[in-house]
Amino acid sequence: MPHVVNIAVSILFDGLAYSMFLFITAVGLSVTMGLMGFVNLAHGAFAMCGGYFVVTLTRSFGIGFVPSLAIASVAVGIISVPFERYLYRQLYKSSDLEQVLLTIGLAFMAIATFTYFYGPIPKSVPLPDWLQGDVNLGFRAFPSYRAFLIVLGVALISVLWYAFERTNIGAKIRAAVDNRRMAESVGINVDRLFTLTFALGSGLAALGGGLAIQLFGLTPSFAVIYLVLFLIVVAVGGLGSLKGTLLAALVLGIFDTTGKYLLADAGGFFIYFVVVVVLLIKPAGFYGRE
Amino acid sequence: MKIFRWLGLAALAVAVGGSAQAANVKVGVVLPFSGPNADLGHQIDKAFDLYVKLHAKDIAPHTVEIIKRDEGPPTGAVAKTVTTELITNDKVQLVTGFVFSPSSIALAPVITQSKVPMIIANAGTAWITDLSPYIVRFSFSMWHPAYPMGAYAYDKVGCKTAAVAYTDFPPGKDSVEAFTTGFTKAGGKVTLSIPMGPPTQVPDFTPFLQRVKDAHPDCLYGFIPSGAHAAGIMKAYGELGLRKAGVKLIGPMDLVPDNKLQDMGDAAIGTIVMGHYARDLDNAENKAFNAEWHKAYGPDSYPDFMSAAGWDTMHAIFDTVKKLDGNLSDGAKVVDAMKGWSANGPRGHVMIDPATRDIVEDEHAMEIYRKPDGKLGEKVLATTTAVKDECKVLKVGRCK
Repeated sequence: MPHVVNIAVSILFDGLAYSMFLFITAVGLSVTMGLMGFVNLAHGAFAMCGGYFVVTLTRSFGIGFVPSLAIASVAVGIISVPFERYLYRQLYKSSDLEQVLLTIGLAFMAIATFTYFYGPIPKSVPLPDWLQGDVNLGFRAFPSYRAFLIVLGVALISVLWYAFERTNIGAKIRAAVDNRRMAESVGINVDRLFTLTFALGSGLAALGGGLAIQLFGLTPSFAVIYLVLFLIVVAVGGLGSLKGTLLAALVLGIFDTTGKYLLADAGGFFIYFVVVVVLLIKPAGFYGRE
Repeated sequence: MKIFRWLGLAALAVAVGGSAQAANVKVGVVLPFSGPNADLGHQIDKAFDLYVKLHAKDIAPHTVEIIKRDEGPPTGAVAKTVTTELITNDKVQLVTGFVFSPSSIALAPVITQSKVPMIIANAGTAWITDLSPYIVRFSFSMWHPAYPMGAYAYDKVGCKTAAVAYTDFPPGKDSVEAFTTGFTKAGGKVTLSIPMGPPTQVPDFTPFLQRVKDAHPDCLYGFIPSGAHAAGIMKAYGELGLRKAGVKLIGPMDLVPDNKLQDMGDAAIGTIVMGHYARDLDNAENKAFNAEWHKAYGPDSYPDFMSAAGWDTMHAIFDTVKKLDGNLSDGAKVVDAMKGWSANGPRGHVMIDPATRDIVEDEHAMEIYRKPDGKLGEKVLATTTAVKDECKVLKVGRCK
């Protein structure tokens, strides 16, 4: 294979894997922000919580990595419900600042709690053999874990797309994002809908957190360190839009990987450059309402 | 009864006189206790605490009062604020700790002005010790492991070409410069140099290492802060199959810190590092140090090279308290007392070079292998004794 094509394939593949991680982790944040206009800075804390669930399940209980991911997502989704019911709900009508204070406070409390129980040493997870090493697709080999990220990402996108576009509940969510008062007027219980999407978003964040361990390692500070990245994806994609989040994750993931590969000296500059350009042209993001 | 009253007064006078001589030395400890690198702070903090616990009686009647502050992120900003507070408000007689080079660099003017000695337990950028006459370093300079690694990589590991990849902040640049200097001098050629982003968050290492894989040098010299970054780069290295592709991983010991080594798994096996400490180092002090560590912190907590330097740092502070009989109010005298200090510690024999106020220690080339008990360990391949900071010996770069 010619050298240039080889490089392009490398970048595209790694970028795609990275994009899938970004999408999975950020999509929940986008939908909850779009639906309720609630600024949830504790989103990263739910992701971190999912990561530690996976670590405990695999290391202490000997459960496989993939089942652990599933259990962690469901568990964190359920755990997030009382948070939404008893804490978040109080501040739906409050200003952005109060919401930010509550949720960033929760994030810091989560960091302190997990540091207390797990310590600050970065954690890793034991992967099954089929996720280690590489898979050969005939023309070249790809790292298995990244391939797994892409497959999982595509599967999730399909499921989410179907749920949003083709099911009754998806239609209700879209209606509520578009016009909440109108949706309530026609009898949609937006509060319950929000609890549901919040749990779904937190569960997906937990899945992202579990997947991130192999990429970044896991320390309690995960809760805030990568939050900027998720917020960027949401801002560039547009609040509440599945399509937007996907497009933003793809553009940012691939641009970031390209920049790191071809022009490492420019460092993290690329991703911010893209953000600035997109937001200059479309201040509400790709699919946000102006 | 009168006689007893007199006796009592005399006893009181003796007690008061005695306690007037017993000094309480205030030591400010600045280490990262929060953020992604918090575990680096804990590695040194545990060594400090352990030394103080075991040796508090050695300095009687004097006592040492430790005041701890959070160094914050590796930018130096928080460290500068809290250290200045320690000096001006808490009136500490010396400050120690400092994991990150930017902290020490940012603080150098404060240290010079206040004449409160900075006793560095980690920050390794070579030229830090030149920034103030009140800085003494007990850890290492980036040149300690990186410079000899250059010649060793070319002569013994078989690296004719190498890529260098580093976290983009002062010690990263310093480490890579040291390695490149030694490697080029030996006859090797650095074909690729990749900065891998700031130390504040662990990046996705894959694009950087994919580039290395595509360029296909004999070896990859990597420098990263030895916390979460170390685990991250090792995963990417394993995942991309670089070793199978014929790219050997080499670097300073920061790549394989003892407290994360067991988690790194097979990817780490075969990595060759240059360093001054490993848990497996065979000397009496190290064995005793490890035994005390496990007794205090449990069997699953391991000391690493940072802990070893932390132990020696506190050892030197205690020796200085003894030597100056508890009077550490004059910073210049404290620094003088530390010049030429030497001891046997977990790292083996170490001393402070009186001319540079930097450490002199042995450097070991070590290979990661699987021990018979199934755990990963470090096998010493070669040892160079009494290595000085080559940056200052050669007077190159910023050490002129």
